[in-house]
Amino acid sequence: MNTSIWITLLNIFGVLIATVLLAAILTWGERRLLGFWQDRPGPNRVGPFGTLQVIADMIKLFFKEDFTPRFADIPVFVLAPTVVMATMLIAFAVVPMSPSIGVADLNIGLLFVLAMSSIAVYSIILGGYASNNKYALLGGLRAAAQTVSYEVFMGLSLMGVVMMSGSFNLRDIVIAQADTWFIVPQFLGFIVFFIAGIAESRRTPFDLPEAEHELTAGFHTEYSGMKFGMFFVGEYLAVILIAALITTLFLGGWHGPLLPPIIWFCLKTAFLVAIFILLRAALPRPRYDQLMKFGWKVMLPLSLVNLLATAGILLWIA
Amino acid sequence: MTGVIAKSVHCETAYIQEAELFLREIDLEYHSHNYWLQPNCGDMPTLWVDAQSLIPLLQFLKQNISRPFDMLYDLSAIDERLRVNRGEGPEKQPASDFTLVYQLLSFTRNLFIRIKVALADSKLSVPSISGVWENANWYEREVWDLFGINFEGHPHLRRIMMPPTWKGHPLRKDHHARATEVDPFTLSEEKERKEQEALLFRPEDWGMARANEDSEFMFLNLGPNHPSVHGVFRIALQLDGEQIVDAVPDIGYHHRGAEKMAERQAWHTYVPYTDRIDYLGGVMNNLPYVLALEQLAGIQVPERAQVIRVMMCEFFRISSHLVFFGTFAQDVGQMSPVFYMFIDREKLFGIVEAITGGRMHPAWFRIGGVAQDLPEGWDKMVREFLDYMPERLRDYDGMVIKNKLLQKRTRGIGVYNTAEAIEWGVTGPGLRATGLDWDLRKKRPYSGYDQFEFDIPSYDGGDCFDRCRVRVDEMWQSLRIIRQCLENMPTGPYKSDHPLTTPPRKGRTMQDIETLIQHFVNNSWGPVMPAGEVCFPIEATKGLNSYQIISDGGTTSYRTRIRTPSFPHLQMIPLMSRGLLIADLIAIIASIDFVMADVDR
Repeated sequence: MNTSIWITLLNIFGVLIATVLLAAILTWGERRLLGFWQDRPGPNRVGPFGTLQVIADMIKLFFKEDFTPRFADIPVFVLAPTVVMATMLIAFAVVPMSPSIGVADLNIGLLFVLAMSSIAVYSIILGGYASNNKYALLGGLRAAAQTVSYEVFMGLSLMGVVMMSGSFNLRDIVIAQADTWFIVPQFLGFIVFFIAGIAESRRTPFDLPEAEHELTAGFHTEYSGMKFGMFFVGEYLAVILIAALITTLFLGGWHGPLLPPIIWFCLKTAFLVAIFILLRAALPRPRYDQLMKFGWKVMLPLSLVNLLATAGILLWIA
Repeated sequence: MTGVIAKSVHCETAYIQEAELFLREIDLEYHSHNYWLQPNCGDMPTLWVDAQSLIPLLQFLKQNISRPFDMLYDLSAIDERLRVNRGEGPEKQPASDFTLVYQLLSFTRNLFIRIKVALADSKLSVPSISGVWENANWYEREVWDLFGINFEGHPHLRRIMMPPTWKGHPLRKDHHARATEVDPFTLSEEKERKEQEALLFRPEDWGMARANEDSEFMFLNLGPNHPSVHGVFRIALQLDGEQIVDAVPDIGYHHRGAEKMAERQAWHTYVPYTDRIDYLGGVMNNLPYVLALEQLAGIQVPERAQVIRVMMCEFFRISSHLVFFGTFAQDVGQMSPVFYMFIDREKLFGIVEAITGGRMHPAWFRIGGVAQDLPEGWDKMVREFLDYMPERLRDYDGMVIKNKLLQKRTRGIGVYNTAEAIEWGVTGPGLRATGLDWDLRKKRPYSGYDQFEFDIPSYDGGDCFDRCRVRVDEMWQSLRIIRQCLENMPTGPYKSDHPLTTPPRKGRTMQDIETLIQHFVNNSWGPVMPAGEVCFPIEATKGLNSYQIISDGGTTSYRTRIRTPSFPHLQMIPLMSRGLLIADLIAIIASIDFVMADVDR
């Protein structure tokens, strides 16, 4: 009994610390990777290969003036950045990382993750609204519209996976992929979820709420210091979460030959994170209305087709 | 001297024939005959009229004359009150305290003309021509701001370069040129309050309504500090949601009084200032200035110097277009290309540095030639670059031009047609993207451009995407020109033997006293240029750039007017962006390719 509590606690804190640390390291990793793809060194001065850059950045963020504009709606302004970080961390609780690692085993795990990631957008909307800055407001508005449109088919695209595995439990979904990964029968679903995932984590080419070339810094224009840092870490947590979810739902989770399960899980996730960063290096940003059109006119029908086809085939087989 | 390029001289006579033809035609067709013809103006006919006859004459020239003058190329003024040399006897120019200079361009005639209006100090007012040409609006505001000349009927005559609280009109001869000429600056509380008040944004002052019957508008202040306005440029946006109802550009944040400085600097010492006008154009900026002075002084530039100049100019055209290309992609959200292009630009600067010793602002052209001869091994560096660059340009083609997302963002955005472009004074790639392949290097070759083989790229969409493609194709043509320079670099001196060449060639200074004196005087005072008026347009990186120089026979310029391409281009932003979204405005701004120093000077 006692040992199982310890194992659970170890699981909880292990996952918490690992994800926060990973998100922090990713701030360095992304810049190094971008540098590599863009023919420049990236941060390489602090520590070996610049790995201590993360710590230097942390120190800087903590010692920066934590500026709150006078015209802001102060309680909301302060609370907004915590929402994204908290929800993203909570969402990690249901992600099974190996047969033995994973905090909670929720039978509605998938819905829980989707719900958490939907709440995260409040961070952006409230941050943009509370800043009382026109650029931030426009950023917040864009975030609201983008999330509403992209979440619709984000959920729908996963219904195929749920039908095939017969469960909302992420652990069951991974176990159901022991033979074939769902990326094969659910390729369309994978594509739609991948794109929706980028939109959900507001990464290029879907970084319209931030869109520095148009809105200076979008929703976080007025943020500085650690409040800005939380938005930042929240974004990276979202990236890791989406990558981990794709791994779990489509790439067979911890399944893989030779190497231990947790390594497989990490490798797949890291690969997806790198793809996210590569997309940022490669693609221009579509316009706001083009993004909406793409969502409603292309992605939504695609996910519906996927849903109906999967359902039809499953019924036919049964 | 090994000789000069004969063909260029021939071309100039061709323009003189065209000018004479124009004078005959206007004599026949314009029945009022109420103008006075300024003698000795060569290929730029100059007509003086009084203020009342100005608009009828301009309308006649724009609409009625056969082969009309479709573009208002430039509008500026001269404070004549201290000028001594204004002609003698029958050549004497009409009495004038302030002279307005309207410069027109006819594309069909391939001819520039000047219309001048003499104004007395007691009545500094002329009718506004903003009803005749759209782009006169900003030019008239500039003249009002810098000279205090009133334009009757101008829709919005307020300061454009100077802050709204400025006292006086800086380009007048009695306005101080340096802060040291007046009392030290102080900021009292009262003054601070007034300055702050002047900064308050009132949409009505900008000609915008706060609301219409359906909705209240949001006003967004884009700039002067914004990541995508490429310098200190401000646009006041009237928004309905994210849709642009109106956009009012506000310039002047980069105004450094380059034209005023020209009146203090010796002819030679002004060269570095020209570098900083279009700061991406490097030595390309020196060219119209030294060409104008060489025309004034009658200096024939040796062949080698001409080819070196062409080569350096084309290098800077590539450099400027690379910055455009990269930032254009970046402004539509593509992050990486700009890094690759800056690497190429760095390679290019390596060559520029080896040849001139400078990078962005080498100030390397001299009156009568260039500063030094080419260094040993220059050809190897240039050849390496020419072999390296095409592969990179092909990569960018796939990366940027063929990118579907980028095409979606820029095709059909910010469209104008050729007629609109001409009406608004658009030149350079912005004009060629509308289908008119007008390039001064072909139409009025200077500095020996007629000796090179190259094409003028043009597209006819007139949108952001085509403006980008024109520039990309121009880089290919520039590479072609540079290769021809490399293969055919003439031998001979890099500087003319003319006594006004500055600094003079030193070869004979130690042999005879006259040359020694000449050398000493030209290096200390600087050269004394003959009195006269001269203007030399060139095809710069962003469009037509010219220096209109008035010499009163001294060691400094009496008046230097710098006509830059970016100034009229920015004026067009409202027309291009109405009804579009903020993201489109950013693409439009990027596609114009302006440099704020080139706008404000």
